Parts: sequence; C-alpha cells; structure tokens
Amino acid sequence: MELFRYTKPLSLMSKSRRFGMLSVTLLILSLGLIFVKGFNYGLDFAGGTLVQVHYKTQAPIEKVRQALANDKAYEGATVTYFGNENEIIIRTKKSSQSLGKDMGDTMRERLKGTGDFEIRRVDMVGAKVGSELREKGLMSLFLAILGILIYVSFRFEWRFAIASVMALVHDVTIAMGAVVLFGIEVNLDTLAALLTILGYSLNDTIIVFDRIREGIRSSKASDLGEIIDESVTQTLSRTTLTSLTTFFVVLTLFLFGGEIIRGFSFTLLVGVIVGTYSSIFVASPILMWLGFSVKDFREKEAEKLKRDREKEKLRAMYENGTI
Amino acid sequence: MLLGIKSDVAIASRTKSIAGSVKYLFDDAEIIFDDLRMREGGKITFELLDSDDVQKVKSLLQKEIEGVTLTQNGLRFTLAMTPDEMARTKANAISQAVDTIRNRLNEFGLAEPTVAKQGKDKILVEVPGIKTQEDEQRIRELIARAAHLQLMAVDEGRIARVSQMTPQEAKQYGDVILPDVNTPQKYLLHAIPVLDGSMLTDAKVGFDQNNQPVINFSLNGQGSKIFGDFTAKAVGKRMAVVLDNKVYSAPVIRERIGGGHVQISGNFKLSEAHDIAIALRSGALLAPVYIMEKRSVGPSLGADNIKASSLALALGFILVVIFMFFYYGMAGVIANIALVGNLFLILAVMSLFGATLTLPGMAGIVLTVGMAVDANVIINERIRELLHEGKSIAKAVEEGYNKAFTAILDANVTTLIAAVVLWAYGTGPLKGFALTMGIGILASMLTAIVGTHGIYQWLMPKMDRKRLKYWFGIQTEGVK
Repeated sequence: MELFRYTKPLSLMSKSRRFGMLSVTLLILSLGLIFVKGFNYGLDFAGGTLVQVHYKTQAPIEKVRQALANDKAYEGATVTYFGNENEIIIRTKKSSQSLGKDMGDTMRERLKGTGDFEIRRVDMVGAKVGSELREKGLMSLFLAILGILIYVSFRFEWRFAIASVMALVHDVTIAMGAVVLFGIEVNLDTLAALLTILGYSLNDTIIVFDRIREGIRSSKASDLGEIIDESVTQTLSRTTLTSLTTFFVVLTLFLFGGEIIRGFSFTLLVGVIVGTYSSIFVASPILMWLGFSVKDFREKEAEKLKRDREKEKLRAMYENGTI
Repeated sequence: MLLGIKSDVAIASRTKSIAGSVKYLFDDAEIIFDDLRMREGGKITFELLDSDDVQKVKSLLQKEIEGVTLTQNGLRFTLAMTPDEMARTKANAISQAVDTIRNRLNEFGLAEPTVAKQGKDKILVEVPGIKTQEDEQRIRELIARAAHLQLMAVDEGRIARVSQMTPQEAKQYGDVILPDVNTPQKYLLHAIPVLDGSMLTDAKVGFDQNNQPVINFSLNGQGSKIFGDFTAKAVGKRMAVVLDNKVYSAPVIRERIGGGHVQISGNFKLSEAHDIAIALRSGALLAPVYIMEKRSVGPSLGADNIKASSLALALGFILVVIFMFFYYGMAGVIANIALVGNLFLILAVMSLFGATLTLPGMAGIVLTVGMAVDANVIINERIRELLHEGKSIAKAVEEGYNKAFTAILDANVTTLIAAVVLWAYGTGPLKGFALTMGIGILASMLTAIVGTHGIYQWLMPKMDRKRLKYWFGIQTEGVK
C-alpha cells in the first residue's frame, strides 16, 4: 500500500507567513489562557488530600457532604462523582502529617452510616513537597532544553538548535493552553504527558532537519526555501504515518483507558496534532527567518572536508615516512 | 509514602543521653555536682561544688564522652556537642531511621517493602500488597512508633504535688511530668532517665499470671549493671517504665534487680504487644518521622485501572502492527518483529530495575513504542524511495539503512539527553518516566538498526524486484 507519492515538491514555504500567523495566534491565546485563567493545580503540585470512595450502590453525595460539613479537617472539601455514580472523590487542600491516624482513617469514621462503601484511594501531599516538585520539574526542563541546544548545535548548526527548541516550546505551550482551556487538572500525569509531547515533537523536528541537512549537501537547489520544500515533501509520508499510528494509539488510550487516564491521554492527543503540525510548518520556516544561509553552510562543510583531507594526507605522508 | 524526619529531635535525645552518662559517671566517681541541666542546641550545663574535682572532671569527660567540648566559667561548666557531632547525629538519625523502618516492616512479614533515603532528609517507603485500610493504619503506626523506651526514677519528694505543678515548674527541679497510658494519673519523674532503649538486647511478647500479654525485654551488660546499681540504691522507691513518653507501669522496687530482665505490662491487646515488641527489637527511632506525601492505591483500583489502560495500549499496539503489515508487506512484518522485541526488552529491563508500572511509566512506553515504530517507518520509507529510483534491493536496503541511520541517531540521542536530565533531576514518578524512556530509546535503536538489518540480510537471497508489492508493499506500476 502506498498513500503518498509526490513527483513534485509541495510549495509550503511560500505559505509560511500564513502558518506563522496561525502559530502566533495560537501561542498568544494559550499564553493568555495560562496567565488569565491559570493552571488548575492538582494534588501533586498544590498539596492536599484526595480520597476516593466506592459505594456498592449509587453514592449518597449529599449525605457525604453533610457528614463532612462539621469536621474542621475537611473544611472547604469538595465532593464530586468520579467516572460513574457509584464512585466519589473528596478533595481538600489540607493534609495531615501524623502517621498514626491519617485523613483516610478519619474519613472512614465520618462516612459510617452513609452506606456500604470501600475507600479505594487516599493520596496526601504536603504543601512543601508540592512546591519542591514544581521547582525541580522546571529546573530539569531547563537543563534538558540546554542539553538539546548543545547537541543539535554540534550535530547541525546553532540555528537548527534554536529552531528545534522554539518548535518544542511552541508545542508544549499550545498543549498547556489546551490543558487550561479544558480545565484539566495539572498533576504528575499531566506533566508526564507534556514531557512526552516534548520528546515527540523533538523527534519529529529532528527527522525533518536531518533531511534538510542532507538536502543542503546533495540538492541541486541552492535556495533554502526550495530545499526545505523538497525535504519536507520527502519526509511527508513518514511524518504522516508516524503521527497517524501514534495518534491511534493515544486515541484508543483516550477512549478505552478509563477515567483516571483521561486527562493524560487528552493532553497527548493535543500534543500529537500540534507536534506534527509544527515539525512541518513551524520548525523549518524558523530556520529561514533566522537567516540560515545554504551557501555559508556548504562552504563551511567544504572547508571541513578539505581540512580532513589534508590531515589524512599528512598522516599518510607521516606513515610512509615522507616527513 | 514519603516521610520527613525531625532531625532536631535527634540532637535533643543525644543531649539527653549524654546528660545521663555524665550523671552516671559523676556518681560513679563520687564527684559532687549540682544543677545538671540540658539546654537548647546540644548543650549541658552543671556546677561543681569542690574545685579539687575540676581536673578529674576534665579528664573523665574527655576520656568517656566523644564529640563534645567543655568550657569553664568559674565552677560552672558547659558541655556542648561539636558541630561535627551534631551533623553526624542528624545523618545518623536518618540512616538509622531507614534501617529501623526496614527492619520493622520485614519483621512484620510484608512482601518486599522498599525503604530508601531520598534527598538529604527524606525517606521513601513503599509497601505493596496491603489489603485493607485498617492494615494500612496498623503499618503506619508501626513505622511511626518512636519505640523510645526509658526507665525513669519517680521524684518521690515532690510527686504529691504533681497535680498542681506546671511543666515549667517541674523543669526547674530537673523533672518532667508524664501521663499514665491508661488512666488520667500523672507522674513526676526525674528528667534524666536511669537508662534507655539503646541498652536493650531483646524484646518478646509473654503473658503474666493473669494471662495478659506483656513485653519482656533484656538489657545488655552495661544496662544490667546500671539497672542493678540503681535498684540497689532505690529500694522502696518507684521506678517508671516509660515508652514514648507514656508511663506504662511504675512498680515499687523491693530489692536489687540483677540479670537485666524487665517487663512492661499495660493492658495490651495481643496485636499491640506484638507490634511494640517488634518496634523495641528493631530499635528506637532517634528522631520522629512525619508524612510529607502518601499515595495509596487500593488493590481493586490498581487492578481495574491497569487493566483498562493496558487493554487500551494493547489494542493500540495491535492496530499499529496490522497497519504496518498492510502498508509495508513483508517489510512491515520485519518491523513488527522488531517492535515486539523492543517491547519485551523494555519490560525485561524495567523488571530488572524493579520499576513499577505507573502512569508516567506507561507514558514512557507509549513514547518509545511510538519512536520505535517511527524508526522502522523511516527506514522503510527510505528503502522505498531508493527502490523507486530503480536501485537493486540489496543496494536500496544498504543505502536506506545508511541514510536513515543519521536521522534515527540524532532524533534518539536528543531525546535520550532529555531522558537523562529528567532521570537525574526528577523525583519519584518522573524518574520512572525518564527511566522507561531511556531504556526504550536504547532498545529501539538496537532493534530497529541492528535487529531488522540482520533479518534483511538473512532474507536478501529470497527477495527479488518482481515481487516488490509482497516484500515492500510498493505498487509495481510506475517503478523504473
């Protein structure tokens, strides 16, 4: 089976302004959402307690609220259904440090008489842990990006490095915007999803860049736009295929993976779409805007080749004993 | 469960134990002293009455007690822990807490508990296989129990007034007020204990004459001697058995007790006596621990959940495998072999590292399986391109691999960099994610580049350009 056969390169770079506008609009919208509405930090980052209770029959949510109303430890607690009507989740910003009797134990006593129930999960995160986690998370992201910049500069050129990181920031920002827009709780799972998007987007971009690098070396064209068009067209079938397969895996995860994984898989879905879009329409134009010059790159490569040859020649002469 | 540790308390308890030794040493050497007190920040002060004792005291303390400095102001002395000693005490408290908690969980008979130090002052505890919440609570209590055993002398002269006394007033006399474990009665005790749990060698559950569970414990040689000396001097007075700052019993000493066998009774439930004995045997926690983070997943939730997401993942995986076969023909089958191999490699290495499958870990698998599919797609697309150009199969495969290699290498190495950084800096679940990702990347490079290449070499003699559709899924019309 073959779906993609192009005899002529698609003319994409000529439309790069339009995609640029689209990306900038999406970015501004996302940043606006993040700053105006803000993240809905979940337990992992905000600290607090989460108790999941399963009832044999429909959960008596009003009774549960009443039972907790008079307890200071559960002041401001919210009680909501989770997944189906037999399951409820109780959240509060408070946590206890005591090992002996924790919030789950008191909950069990409070809920006596509300029906036949089973406490399925008690998660508790102290406020200090949450803020530490946030700091460490940001620090590791920063270092990872730095490492990528250095490696890509070394293997390609510094403009490629900047462009790949910009595409990556673009994807993660828009995915974060979607997270805020749909009110998805930001916890460690969401963070894992964002990191996956980061890895995925990077992978996609580097594959396209690899083809561009190859195109610069071997293409007859000397205009960067033309080379990019050629390379993107050549990798288009691969980009689409990989994206589609990943998209389907994530889609099945989203549809059949259960309630608890929904936020995670939704974030991934957004990321896969944005990541594919950016590796085709965002990363490469940035390369152009950064003023990458095919001629300079070729000259540098030629120079390097010459130097290597001379070195080899010297070595050959040395080994032959001529110097 | 992530536990924090209050290491300041370790300093206080070390101070207390130093004070106990000082008192014992001075009594033993018949040095007359007064006003022995514990102060904040690891300091002890006392006053000598006879200036002839000064030299003796200096040499005695230097010889017998380590990690302290002595300063003199007239006949008032301050004995302070050195900063080194304080740091060592804190570090010691943590590593000792890790060992102690591990011992307790092991003795409790739990399947493979993990207890590990995390960062500078945190302890990670993972206990799989807890069935009910009641069990969980019991385990938490077992972990939290300080198991700080003290044998303390009752201040017989002042105890009559204990109900009117404030803690501050008691402190002035060098005393402390502690409650009884079962009744509202209070005791006034000398704050510096006769001896503590550090001299304990064994603790067992036994039964008294009324068939009530009790805990019998034995003291080591030094402890037996101190205990014997003390009981000889204090006949007719009361001695309190104090566990975690609660008085369990305070019997009157009738005669000198040698042999170092002591009993704690206190209306225990059998399970409670059993847990206390474990805690005493495995040693006291030098500093109390508290919960920083706790996650519990009931067995049913874990099972439901992992089932649903694993099923979804498996379904997605099967879809990908079918698609690869239809799209690439035999080349797709080769890629699928690599994919399955890759998945097994990841799972094998993960179980080798003892990683548990968490949601972030699963994310790592999704990402790497995606990248492994990608590597195969890249290779196959390259081979097809070269075949379209009219190259022979052998040449197309060879060149396809060569050209795909740089793309796969660069893409994987950049992602690997991110994985390593995350692994080094991330905590808990993020570490899991990074680990799976790292393993997956290495596995996919191995299977996609080396593994499938080998299969192509092996099948090469059978391949021919007339059956490109069968081998590579290419429409033959339009091919040169």
